[in-house]
Amino acid sequence: MTTAVSVKNLTVSYDDFKALDDVGVDVTAGESFGLVGESGSGKSTLLRAVAGLAPVTEGTIRVENWQLRGARRDKAFYRSVQMVFQDPYGSLHPRQTVDRQLLEPLAIHGVGDGERRILKALDEVGLGSGFRFRYPHQLSGGQRQRIAIARALILEPSILLLDEPTSALDASVQAEVLNLLEQVRRDRKLTFIMVSHDLGVVTHMCDRLAVMQNGRVVERLSSADLVAGRIGEDYTRNLMVASKGFRRG
Amino acid sequence: MSALLTVEDLRVRFPTRTGVVEAVRGVSFTLGRERLGIVGESGSGKSQTGRAIMGLTPSHAEVTAKTLSFGGIDLISAPPKVRRDLRGKRIAMILQDPKYSLNPVMSIGRQIVETLRRHENVSRSEARGRALDMLAAVQIRDPARVFDLYPHEVSGGMGQRAMIAMMLVAGPELLIADEPTSALDVTVQLEVLSILDKLVADRGMGLIFVSHDLRLVSSFCDRVLVMYAGKIVEEIAASDLASAKHPYTQGLLNCMPVIGADRHPLPVLDRKPEWAL
Repeated sequence: MTTAVSVKNLTVSYDDFKALDDVGVDVTAGESFGLVGESGSGKSTLLRAVAGLAPVTEGTIRVENWQLRGARRDKAFYRSVQMVFQDPYGSLHPRQTVDRQLLEPLAIHGVGDGERRILKALDEVGLGSGFRFRYPHQLSGGQRQRIAIARALILEPSILLLDEPTSALDASVQAEVLNLLEQVRRDRKLTFIMVSHDLGVVTHMCDRLAVMQNGRVVERLSSADLVAGRIGEDYTRNLMVASKGFRRG
Repeated sequence: MSALLTVEDLRVRFPTRTGVVEAVRGVSFTLGRERLGIVGESGSGKSQTGRAIMGLTPSHAEVTAKTLSFGGIDLISAPPKVRRDLRGKRIAMILQDPKYSLNPVMSIGRQIVETLRRHENVSRSEARGRALDMLAAVQIRDPARVFDLYPHEVSGGMGQRAMIAMMLVAGPELLIADEPTSALDVTVQLEVLSILDKLVADRGMGLIFVSHDLRLVSSFCDRVLVMYAGKIVEEIAASDLASAKHPYTQGLLNCMPVIGADRHPLPVLDRKPEWAL
């Protein structure tokens, strides 16, 4: 088993505030790994640090064969690692057609055969070629998130970073997007790192997960352990209770 | 039980360049002093139903109804002055995100006092006292400190509690809560819901709880209306949810990933065109 992403003693600071404090996780190639916690726990920051979008002050990140320091990433890195963001209303350019948005990563990386790749990417996320020349405002939230996933997949990466990919969507649309993500992971043997505050979503999608609180990992466990209630930390237990829903009394 | 609110054949239409969009298409229900949930996806008209009752529909939209009466007052024909006096005093509304719905340049305490003094003839010091009591009632530990804070200085959960305090300070008879906890963390959601639950029960208010989360609504309300494409497709007692008949309701119940249920792929909604008829 090879390690796809290995994070050691990672610290991310914004001035005096430590968003991540000595965090370590290891993600095996081909695995789906979950990060859960409440807002401000640092789960999104960890994902952004891997992508080079957060100021790393200490620690090391190794992704496949890259030994990364700071926020510098070369072009080849982004062919292997792509990210899908939370808000599909904010992550697509409002004045570019779907075609332009999908062409952009191809142009940056000098990949030819755009026509075929764009049609294939649209087909893969379950949108026909009829969506190719639409603008984001002509799409629903779920369709936009499919476009964002298509844009991430078009470079054929091996690792996908998912930052709350369904929390802005309706429950019924969430099911469709989660099914799509599982499908592409199976077809392409991708590695997923998925951030979510919803334990239901994480246990559905991921094999293992890390629970974060105040910038630290408080517990690492497998989804099976979580489901069976083999939980070590009170904080994780509280999250479990909260995810079961409202109880009177 | 006498009806607090009667809605019969409520319609909300938005004229647009490409034709009229009907957001709400003939919704009817009556509400006593009970907890009613309205559930549906985005665009099902659930929020517009709440807004029409509150009188917050945008002015270019058209609201019609055979009956829309609250405590004997016909809301459709009521002049703006009457609606203003109702709003905040007898009907109150909690909005989704405290970050956007509180006034950012006014301290929390002043916003609560403003609501109170708009509707009741009370002295400054009495209003302050009642605002502090209300902040304590929503379980804010140090009301005097929070009174002087601005919305950006408090967390989401605290902001939402402040909004609940603001809405309940004038003692409304009907509370409309439009996704009151969707913007909050799961751990904070339960706290806010239990505060809301207790206050609604203690004061004997009517509650309309609008949400997209069917499970949450059914655990909180007595009765649930399920909306699709501007219409009510099913009305069901919360306790009978497991025996829901409409395929849309069943679909909404089934599509959530549940801890411990190993279902790959998740069942998805197969939307039938005849549901929208």
